[in-house]
Parts: sequence; structure tokens; C-alpha cells
Amino acid sequence: MPDAILSLSNVTKQFGSLLASDNVTLDLRSGEIHALIGPNGAGKSTLIKQVAGEITSDSGDIHFDGQHINALDAVARSRMGLARTFQVSSLMPEFSVLQNVMLARQSVSGKIFRFFKPVLGDKSLVEPAMAQLERVGLADRAQMRAADVSHGERRQLEMAVALALEPKAFLLDEPMAGMGPEGSKRLTGFLDELRAQAPILLVEHDMDAVFALADRISVLVYGRVIATGTVEEIRGNDDVKRAYLGEDA
Amino acid sequence: MTMNRETLINSILAVALVAVPLIALGMDEPFIITLATKVAIFAMAGVGLNLVLGYGGLVSFGHAAFFGIGGYAAGILASHALNYEPIMESPFLIEGTTQMIIIWIVALVVSAFVALVIGAITLRTSGVYFIMITLAFAQMIYYFAISWPAYGGEDGLSIYVRNGFPGLNTLDPISYFGLCAAMLGLAMLFSAVLIRSRFGLALQGARQNAQRMTAVGIAPFRIRLVAFVVSAMITALAGALYADLNRFVSPTMLSWHMSGEIMVFVILGGVGRLFGPLAGAALYIILEHLLGGVWEFWQLPLGVLLLIVVLFARGGLVGVLAGERKHA
Repeated sequence: MPDAILSLSNVTKQFGSLLASDNVTLDLRSGEIHALIGPNGAGKSTLIKQVAGEITSDSGDIHFDGQHINALDAVARSRMGLARTFQVSSLMPEFSVLQNVMLARQSVSGKIFRFFKPVLGDKSLVEPAMAQLERVGLADRAQMRAADVSHGERRQLEMAVALALEPKAFLLDEPMAGMGPEGSKRLTGFLDELRAQAPILLVEHDMDAVFALADRISVLVYGRVIATGTVEEIRGNDDVKRAYLGEDA
Repeated sequence: MTMNRETLINSILAVALVAVPLIALGMDEPFIITLATKVAIFAMAGVGLNLVLGYGGLVSFGHAAFFGIGGYAAGILASHALNYEPIMESPFLIEGTTQMIIIWIVALVVSAFVALVIGAITLRTSGVYFIMITLAFAQMIYYFAISWPAYGGEDGLSIYVRNGFPGLNTLDPISYFGLCAAMLGLAMLFSAVLIRSRFGLALQGARQNAQRMTAVGIAPFRIRLVAFVVSAMITALAGALYADLNRFVSPTMLSWHMSGEIMVFVILGGVGRLFGPLAGAALYIILEHLLGGVWEFWQLPLGVLLLIVVLFARGGLVGVLAGERKHA
């Protein structure tokens, strides 16, 4: 897998008697959307957390951008260019929409310990942050408190923060959750173009979106990848039908 | 709108702090000037604490440690200067001093170092554990001061003549008030600039959502540690001024009651509000002065007031008067 930016091999995580990730091996190649699907409790979010560095794996190896990253924490992995969004929006509620994105820009700039210059007058932060808000269509909400914008707008803001990190790969944990059909459609179009900027590991329950977007799909059941393949391959896979899409699918 | 109202409230507070002692000067009431000086100093201690408590969301119950360190810096240096006994002779000579500027530098350096050590340990915990461990460290320093006979132990240490400041008669109450008010002003200005900076944004972000901070690649620990050290330094400076105001320093300045009082200034006035500590310290001193004179249980209504603020008015006095805060 020469062009894999992110690769997991035999990644395992056990919580007590529950095997949350069972020898998971998968990779993310440049330019692709790799969707991770599976029934509730299959361990999709746990796997995202292991890749992001929020949970340490019991065994197995994770490589990112040519580096073995098992020992790196979430901060270091983010700084390497691994940007994740959360299933439930995780933002700074008291900050404005703009400040939320500026914080990410601040991290990218690497200059955090600046004590005197007012941050809101700092064009090197404000302008790129505004640019990302425009991309996701939130520019007119820039000055509102993150806590005061709608659920759908908070999802967009999550995206804008991830974009602002200019990552080498995206980990998107159910970006469509609670978006509504219109929002999902718009986001589907957005992600379709985004893969050209950086590959996406996409956890998503919205099957229409997954089938429309994914270059490859991995199916996770009880922490195990039972199948990986193209949309057609997964649709035609009998194991997947039985385990996930339902007997009559 | 709310910002304008807060600015108005802040201006009134600032003007009142300066006007009251000037009027007292005209009426020849030096005691009122001393009270106003106390307000300025306590407010400054609160400005220090507010940085971590208000903006950083870190409930330090040990800031008396830094307040007391500042106090002892003034007391110890002055006592050596007056005795003509050097603090140490080898490997190099360190002598006492009665110059406030040198005392302040010592207070800043020592408190920064102690805060770095305490912070590096306590900031690995959070919530109740953080509160208890900061308290434990402050108590360690308190008992150390009590059992250290060289500097008065439990009885404390008198500063026979208030330390000096170039071009100022510090023994003149209004002059000393002016000095303390100016220092408070500087501390508040510094704090205002700091919270609007990149660092301030990160500090307030770490309070709101540590998970998000980590996800954007900023480790909250380092941000909090720097804030903790800066906060301690401001509170220590206030402690040095307080020792000089009373011309006396004792372990009381290091006790957990003191930590609690500094916390009360911040909470009463408004957590995370620039002028909150000033409003809180002023209210506290006014209550103590008015009620304390007539009723020995004056702290009972203070307790009730504190309870009301915590339950119903999280923005404290400034919050009640100025309305809810807009985003940072």
C-alpha cells in the first residue's frame, strides 16, 4: 500500500470483556473517501478515537504520513495533520463562531504563547478563519456565539474547524448526524470535492451519502472488519447483508 | 449594549476607588484611605486569581500561598535591612532591602518559581482534586511559616518602617494608596491585554472544552501552567503591598481563610469579569466595615450573599449590574 497516508494493522482494543476493536486492518489512500459503516456499537467511534489518539490501542500499529504514531498523543497527531470532527458537536460554546475557527488557525500557526497582541485584530488569523467559514457557508454567522447557532450550523462549524487545520487526512465521525435531508445533500456535495484536498475516513449512518461518496467501504461488526471493498462489492457481499443490511436487503 | 453597560459600571468602580480616598483626604479621614488601599490590594490579589479561576476555569484554593510569599518577601527583606544582617553571605552576599521595587522583583521571582512547581503537579488533576491539592500545598507553606522561628513563626514579622519607593513618601496614606491603585491599574491592564491575546483565547478555550483543544492540537496543560504562574505573580505582588500596608506579615496571610477570601472577592464581584475582583473586594470591605462595627456575626449575611450570588447570579455583582457577558 504505497500511497496509503493512514494505515492500521491489527489494531485491537478491549474494554473488560468487550472487544471494541478486534484486529482491525485498514488503510486510507490519498484522494479517497473510505467509509466505515456498521451497526450501532460496532466500535466505529472507538476506532476513530484510537486513530485520533484519544484512546490507546492494546495492540497493533498505526502509521500516519510515513510515521509510526502509536506513541503520539492526540495533540501531536492533530499537529501532524490528522483532523477529526466529533459525532456530537464539540465546540467552544462561549466563543463566537469565528473565534472557534481562529483557535484552530492559531494552532496551525504554532504561535500560541503570544501575550500582548489582540487576537481579534490579527489578520493572519481572522482572514484564513473567515475563508473557511465562507467555504462551509457560515460567514454570516461569524460573530454569533457558537452556543446560539442552530444544530446544523454547529455541524458546519465542526467542519470549518477541521478545514482550518489544513490536515493531511480527515476523520469525520458522523458528520451528517441530525443534519436533515437538505443539509445532508449539501454536505455530500461538499465532501465529494473535499477528498481532492485530503482523504477522508468517514463514519456515517446515512447510507445514501455513504454509497454516493465512498471509494471504498469497510464494514465493522463487533469490532471486526468483516469486509472491505467498493460500493458494488459491499452491496453484493452476503456476509454484509446478513450482519448489517438485514437478511432481506 | 451590554458591553457598553459593563464599561459604564467599570468606569464608575474605577472613579469611586479614586474619588473615595480623595474625599476622605479632604475630610481628614485617614482610616477611609487605608480602607480604600486595602480594597485596591485585595482587588489586585483577586485579579491574579481571576486569571485562573475566571478565565481558565481552574478553582485554585491555594492562592494565599502566593499572597503570603509576597508578604514575606517584603517582611524578610525589610527585617534584614533593618538589622544589617545579610540574608546569606556564601556563596555570594545577599542583603536585605527596604526598596519596594527590589522586594517586588523578589516576590515575583519566588512566587513564579513556587507556582511553577505547584502548578506542574496540581494541573495534572482537575475538579475537586485540583481544589484540594492547591489547598494542601498552601497549607504546607502555611505550616512551614508557622514553624520557622527565624522570621517570627506564628507571631509574624513586623516591618518597622514602611518600605520605600523612589520619589514617594510611602508613609503618607494617600501616596501609598496612589501607589497601590496604580499597581492595581497595571495588573488589570495587563490582565485585559492578556485575555484578548492568542494566549488568552487558548486559556479560555481550555476552560470551555479541553477535548476540542486537544483535537485542534493545543495541549491545555502548558497553557494552564503559564496562566497559573502569571496569576500567582500578580497575587504575590498584592501580598507584598499588603504587608507594607499593615507593616506586618504573619502566617495568617498564608492561611486557607485568606485563600477563601480572595476567592470570595472574585466570586462576589463576578468570575471572569475584568472589574469583578474590584467590585467584590470593595463590597467585602464595605460590608466588613459597616456591619463588622455593629455586629460580630457580620460574616453571616456575607455568607448568605455569597450563596445568592453562586445560586442566582453567576456573573456576580458586575454580572447583575451589566447583564450577561458577550462572547469573550
